Amino acid sequence: MDALLSIAGVSVRFGGVDALADVGFDVPQGALLGLIGPNGAGKTTMMRAVTGMVRPQAGSIVLDGVEISRLPTHRRVRLGLGLSQQIVRPFAGMTAAENVALAAGYAKTADPLRALATASRTAERERAGALLDLVGIADAADALPAELPLGYLKRVEVARALALDPKVLLLDEPLAGLNTGEAARLADTVVDLNRQGTTVVLIEHNLSEVMRVCRHLVVLDNGRKIGDGDPAEVMADPAVRDAYLGAAEASGEARDAAA
Amino acid sequence: MYEISLLTVMSFSVIFALSLNLITGFCGQISLGHAAFYGIGAYSAALFTTDGGSFWLALPLAMAVAGFFGFIVGFASLRVRHDFLAITTMGVGFLFTGFVRQQDFLGGEEGIAGIPDPGIGQIPYMLLCAALAAAVIAFSLYLKRSWMGHAFDAIATDEDTARTLGIDVARYKLTAFVFGTALAGLAGALFAHYVKFVEVESFDFIESISVLAMVIVGGIGSVWGVVVAAAFLSVLPLLLQVFADFKLLIYGVLLFSVMYFAPGGIDSLMRMVWRRISGRRTAA
Ligand SMILES: Nc1ncnc2c1ncn2[C@@H]1O[C@H](COP(=O)(O)OP(=O)(O)OP(=O)(O)O)[C@@H](O)[C@H]1O
Ligand SMILES: [Mg+2]
Repeated sequence: MDALLSIAGVSVRFGGVDALADVGFDVPQGALLGLIGPNGAGKTTMMRAVTGMVRPQAGSIVLDGVEISRLPTHRRVRLGLGLSQQIVRPFAGMTAAENVALAAGYAKTADPLRALATASRTAERERAGALLDLVGIADAADALPAELPLGYLKRVEVARALALDPKVLLLDEPLAGLNTGEAARLADTVVDLNRQGTTVVLIEHNLSEVMRVCRHLVVLDNGRKIGDGDPAEVMADPAVRDAYLGAAEASGEARDAAA
Repeated sequence: MYEISLLTVMSFSVIFALSLNLITGFCGQISLGHAAFYGIGAYSAALFTTDGGSFWLALPLAMAVAGFFGFIVGFASLRVRHDFLAITTMGVGFLFTGFVRQQDFLGGEEGIAGIPDPGIGQIPYMLLCAALAAAVIAFSLYLKRSWMGHAFDAIATDEDTARTLGIDVARYKLTAFVFGTALAGLAGALFAHYVKFVEVESFDFIESISVLAMVIVGGIGSVWGVVVAAAFLSVLPLLLQVFADFKLLIYGVLLFSVMYFAPGGIDSLMRMVWRRISGRRTAA
């Protein structure tokens, strides 16, 4: 077994809605896996199940050989998950750099009393600066979240996840709110990180970037998995075309019209 | 001497207010029953020294007992949803006063009188209280800059997101409760050996609201703002009889004014004045 993250039989029900019904897939070590599907397919719910922000009714989630499905979120993160959320959640009172530095200080925040014993943030601030530069927003380091547009906040979120040095980087629509050039640049950065050894799960509606960078696709629709494999082969499947492409084109057009 | 009394009262009130600021200001956990821990510190120190124990041992003892109960209450509160924490801590406050009233060994309704004098004289006692207040101020300022302070800040803002950064929210909250309640216990012990008489009314719901008012008026989470607010609000009833008579009314008006005109409290006003002054200086 060379799957770094192995998800099996995960089911999540919200009231009467099956957000996920018996979904499983493997994320091999070193993969750059695209998790796609129309709006409401269950992609975000899957991320939240993996990080422990929702409790699945059933299923197993194994990270690097450790069953994590019963662990609290902070323990899962410390075992090697880094999450960049679809709805950005920066700490409002901290600058972009402070947001990232807090994550970079994960070794210092592991234990409250050890956290009390240290006050120096020099190394973490440097790391934060480097990561903000990496995602292309070094100019925003000292800005408060309220002063930044969505495209910047998305990248603060990504930099914060990267600062945790995760084994598996979970990115939920990191390119939303970025223009075409910025999106391509950030996607290239993700590819670079992946080449350097970080395993990545990428949720994206920007299909052209997904097809450009991902070497493996998992497709969800209505809480069910309808595709899993090589991107070209998966996209050639009529079931995927039907379920996903029609809806994606419609929402893509709606999005273009809104923009 | 009158001034010495005022400075003594100010000092333990500053410790008490900063102890709540640690829990509510730094870590974002509201408490409407903080006076219970002030009371636990006061009663345990009073029992100990009236029984012949040394005053110097009574201080750490009060901290340990209050911190122990703080741990238990904090632990129970972890299971409580955020919006119910106010009600839960209020319940803890009522539980404390209700319990004390029933217990003969705590003096019941009459309280405990004849708490022995620490025996160091009035001025040294004032200096001791002031030195401890200074230490608690320094500790608060340091804590805020430390990694514990950053983690508290994250938890106070958005605890779910703090978890996604690997922060063990429960342990940090518990630590805040233990630190904050232990310091309230210290303030209580200093109070008890200043008035030499404890009764349950000194630690009731009104007292919990008063100390919360000090934190809010000072500026939630601000060390200097809370110090200034606690110093003033604690001695005003001693200076002005009207303030003593209309304490609740005045607190109500103060809280309303802060919420309405300056939600950042004294802290934000001090910053504004400072900006004006430094602005004028650079202009000149
Ligand atoms: N907390 C919740 N309570 C109730 N229903 C929820 C909750 N979260 C998600 N759902 C429902 O679960 C289903 C899956 O939602 P999810 O957010 O996982 O979709 P998604 O694939 O991420 O969609 P999008 O592309 O729009 O982000 C939807 O029907 C959604 O309405
Ligand atoms: Mg989503």
